[in-house]
Amino acid sequence: MLEIRDIWKVFNPGTPDEKIALNGLSLSVGDGEFISIIGANGAGKSTLFNAICGTFQVDRGSIILDGANVTRTPEHVRAKVIGRLFQDPMKGSAPGMSIEENLILAAGRGGWLSISSPRERAGFRDRLALLGMGLEDRMKAPVGLLSGGQRQALTLMMATMAHPKLLLLDEHTAALDPGTAEKVLKLTTKIVADERLTCLMITHNMQSALDLGDRTIMMDGGNIVFDTRGEERKRLTVEGLLERFRASSGKKLDNDRMLLSTAKDASRGMK
Amino acid sequence: MYFLDFLGLCQTALELALFNSLTVLALYLSYSMLNVCDLSTDGCYTLGAAVGAMTALAGYPVISIPAAMLAGMVSGLVTAVLQTRMGVNSLLAGIVVNTGLYSVNIAVMGGSSLKNLNKTATVFTMLKDRLKSAGLGNLQNLIIGFAAVALVILFLSFFLRTRMGLAIRATGNNPDMVRSSSIDPRFTTTVGLVISNAFTALSGCLMAQSQKSVTVDIGSGMVTVALASLLIGGVIIRRGITRRAVGAVLGAFIFRLVYTVALRFHLPTYMLKLVSSVIVLAALSIPYLCGKGSKKHIAGLPAPRGGE
Repeated sequence: MLEIRDIWKVFNPGTPDEKIALNGLSLSVGDGEFISIIGANGAGKSTLFNAICGTFQVDRGSIILDGANVTRTPEHVRAKVIGRLFQDPMKGSAPGMSIEENLILAAGRGGWLSISSPRERAGFRDRLALLGMGLEDRMKAPVGLLSGGQRQALTLMMATMAHPKLLLLDEHTAALDPGTAEKVLKLTTKIVADERLTCLMITHNMQSALDLGDRTIMMDGGNIVFDTRGEERKRLTVEGLLERFRASSGKKLDNDRMLLSTAKDASRGMK
Repeated sequence: MYFLDFLGLCQTALELALFNSLTVLALYLSYSMLNVCDLSTDGCYTLGAAVGAMTALAGYPVISIPAAMLAGMVSGLVTAVLQTRMGVNSLLAGIVVNTGLYSVNIAVMGGSSLKNLNKTATVFTMLKDRLKSAGLGNLQNLIIGFAAVALVILFLSFFLRTRMGLAIRATGNNPDMVRSSSIDPRFTTTVGLVISNAFTALSGCLMAQSQKSVTVDIGSGMVTVALASLLIGGVIIRRGITRRAVGAVLGAFIFRLVYTVALRFHLPTYMLKLVSSVIVLAALSIPYLCGKGSKKHIAGLPAPRGGE
């Protein structure tokens, strides 16, 4: 499905700020696979997503998506087969336009001068109802009036409605309150399962990294340091994961957010 | 007598407002929808006037209108290509094109900075001849102005609902979202600017032909005048795509009205530009000073934390 071979990306080369963001990373993702990605700040997780989406061009290596080499393909062309959600719920939709208008653009059907049919809009209504957020009755409301959770759920629907081959989730629930985050996460797993999407999900929540999907990779210094799936992954606990991180990177996790969420998970585990 | 005088004054104000409101509608597309402040507006307005006048002088009064619009589209294309494909800042692209157009406009007018259309057949004189037999006197300016404005509003209210129109609106609203909908924002920006400049040129063309003359300065300050009208219109009508377009035209009327009244009180003509500058400044800064930009946090969300 997705074949990443030895990609490199160096920011500010030849300056004191030089940063090797992707360090010869290779990754092979099977069809329908759901991979969770963890790693400290600056490990290169979002950079990896940017490389896959074409936000920038990699310095070396190749990216093959569904049999086609997309290494030099422009971002908006790759977007046809890639759906992406960001941590910031504002990023994925146009605030000044109505829910309906956002959906028409995301669906991407018809020619440039076509106007959305009542039937298509009825279809949007039905799909919105599935989100369970009451958005189907607010089709004409500007998206800017929605809450962060509603907006992220809408973005999720927009990103998946054009049947992408690959879904990239970049800590897409991190900016939401815990209740909403859980709801959006549930929706995500449901949509990914229903549409049989291939999905990569960056998360800072170690527990959901292990709970969701069928493979977990850990990144550090612009490369993958740990890759687990199957039986080995099933037996893995958060503590085990932290231990593996120390073993593979030779240092302690220095990420506050990650430690905090581990503590939270641990206390949840005790209940 | 005084009443008739007043009526005549109103009619003239209405005519001028109609012709200029086409430029306001052009900015409605480029400024309000695409979020690009197109500073080539002045030059493009003059370009439309010059091309229209020269085509009429050559004996093709009807063709003068599409010819002017075509010239405007080319000018818009150049502005768009500069900012989308050549890395020129969008304001600078407009200024550069505007400066270049000054020479182009004089060249179009055969090296002179003034052309007289007193004895030239234009769409206005043609319609006037028809109206005379019907006893409708001097209504040709109003009729053509109304027709042009109505057609442009009809076009916009259709166009902004199409997929292309939505994409243009989204480009001004959230370009990232446009890209992730697999649409190239460079393309939508180009289409938007080409169309808006066609309207600006049409505006200049009709103004010049109705005034029976064109000078190279006919468009100077137009961008501020049109922006002032657009912002006034935006205060009256805030919602709805078509309604806001109508609001833009109303804004042009109100601007003209204020200006006409000011002239009655013996404000010198040269003060027009200062009046328009003050209106634009007031319209832009009053909401800012009152709300301190609080509208940006409309959904009341926490500030996004940076991902790595």
